[in-house]
Amino acid sequence: MVCQFCKLKEASVHVTEIADNKVKKVDACAACAKEKNYNDPAAFAIADHLLGLGAAQKMEEASEAVGALSCDQCGYTQADFKKSGRLGCAHCYDIFSDGLDSVLKTMHKDIRHRGKVPAGMQSAMQSALEGAHRLQSLNRALQAAIAQEDFESAAQWRDAIKAFKASE
Amino acid sequence: MSIIDFLVPPSEACLRSGPHDKIVLSSRVRLARNLRTVPFPSHSKKAERIKAFETLMPAVKSLTLLGEEIFAESMDKLPALDKQVLVERHLISREHAAKNAGSGIVLNREENVCVMVNEEDHLRIQALRPGLQLRQAWTAIDAVDTALQEKVEFAFSERYGFLTACPTNLGTGIRVSAMLHLPGLVLAEQINQIIQAVNKLGLAVRGLYGEGTEALGNVFQVSNQMTLGEPENDIVERINKVLLQIIEHEENARLSQMEKKPAVLLNHIGRAYGVLANSWSISSKEAMNLISFLRLGVDLGVFGKTPKSLTDELFLRSQPAHLQLAHPLREKLGSDERDLFRAQMLRERTSLIPNPDPQALLGRREEGSPE
Repeated sequence: MVCQFCKLKEASVHVTEIADNKVKKVDACAACAKEKNYNDPAAFAIADHLLGLGAAQKMEEASEAVGALSCDQCGYTQADFKKSGRLGCAHCYDIFSDGLDSVLKTMHKDIRHRGKVPAGMQSAMQSALEGAHRLQSLNRALQAAIAQEDFESAAQWRDAIKAFKASE
Repeated sequence: MSIIDFLVPPSEACLRSGPHDKIVLSSRVRLARNLRTVPFPSHSKKAERIKAFETLMPAVKSLTLLGEEIFAESMDKLPALDKQVLVERHLISREHAAKNAGSGIVLNREENVCVMVNEEDHLRIQALRPGLQLRQAWTAIDAVDTALQEKVEFAFSERYGFLTACPTNLGTGIRVSAMLHLPGLVLAEQINQIIQAVNKLGLAVRGLYGEGTEALGNVFQVSNQMTLGEPENDIVERINKVLLQIIEHEENARLSQMEKKPAVLLNHIGRAYGVLANSWSISSKEAMNLISFLRLGVDLGVFGKTPKSLTDELFLRSQPAHLQLAHPLREKLGSDERDLFRAQMLRERTSLIPNPDPQALLGRREEGSPE
């Protein structure tokens, strides 16, 4: 069946509307349906299917967390993400990152990349990693000092952490 | 040159061999990569897709790693039949076969590195090897990826790694997979247990043509699902380990069937041979399931010195596009005509295989058992 609006693409959205006691049937392609505001309730299931059970719910929580965000570079919206389970461009990962982590947790081993790094990025990644290690060891020292009730040292460690974070 | 002329004929393609190839038909590693500055293909406008295409095709074509003789073409230049042949050779995905202008393919002479441009991601680069050679495939595609990074800038974040259209591919963008022939486990009715166990390890088990396809001819595809949070090597090694165990289970299943139910095994193999050698109309599904038993028979020595490449060739030639290609008219065949032509091809080729020799199976069994 061909879309009744553009008469080009295959109709994938079929809506039966009852208005003023008249039945009106609409058969539209996805693009025209979106333009004319006919929602396809079945589309919600796609993300579920793609990402496994529970992902759709996570996605919903995620989209609530990001509110009505859209990507300023490619125009992708949270609704697009929810519908397709895919993102629009590289920048989307920055825009939608708040809600994304909970989705990623359901599908991956961890939410941090531990694989190959492009040659140009290696030194930056290395220093970020070293920074994280340094911060971890400072935190450990702070916790140890607190545990021993050595509050003078603890205060020093706390200031060191503060200074380190400021320098980052 | 058309892709059909570029590809080696099925008889030659099926001669490729590798470790454990009685059970592991092929190994594959693919990486998903995207350009930093262009939206992902699924969301980009035609002009953007063409921009990505025009950036990436020359970059891939100029890779010295691929050698001088390569096939590179835009998908809209390929006839539907040629695309289907590429799917049946497992060189491109069914999704990619549906693509047209703005998408492309680059394949090397050895047919072991194949790049899809503008599939779901800007680049899907894959290395293929016969038998169980996941490490070799990973090393090969890693080198291609590194060489490409000198030419184009990929979307990468320190936090999430390589960025992909679908978050399921995020991080390494790696999909490690192997195609397995498991008639023993199917006959022993242990296959579901194996699939469940493999699923628990975070690996997917699929049919012959990947996602959402049936396991025709007892062929299963095992692949990783998680791509983020661990290095590529760990993923490759884990799958390798799991595959070695599946191989062991399949070998055991075959041995125990030979030991306990040789008549059942011979019945399957003999009937498969009988039908393939004598049918006048056969669907691809039936053909593939029977060829699977023929291959098992070859593995077990029931068909003398018949090489397994012959059964693999039958398997490939039974696929619709390959069948049509072999037809003298190359016209689009209806499914009824195809079933007739398939049966004819199978009759002709199985005539090269001797009658099954039950002694090969029973004799071997007696040798192995204590007096």
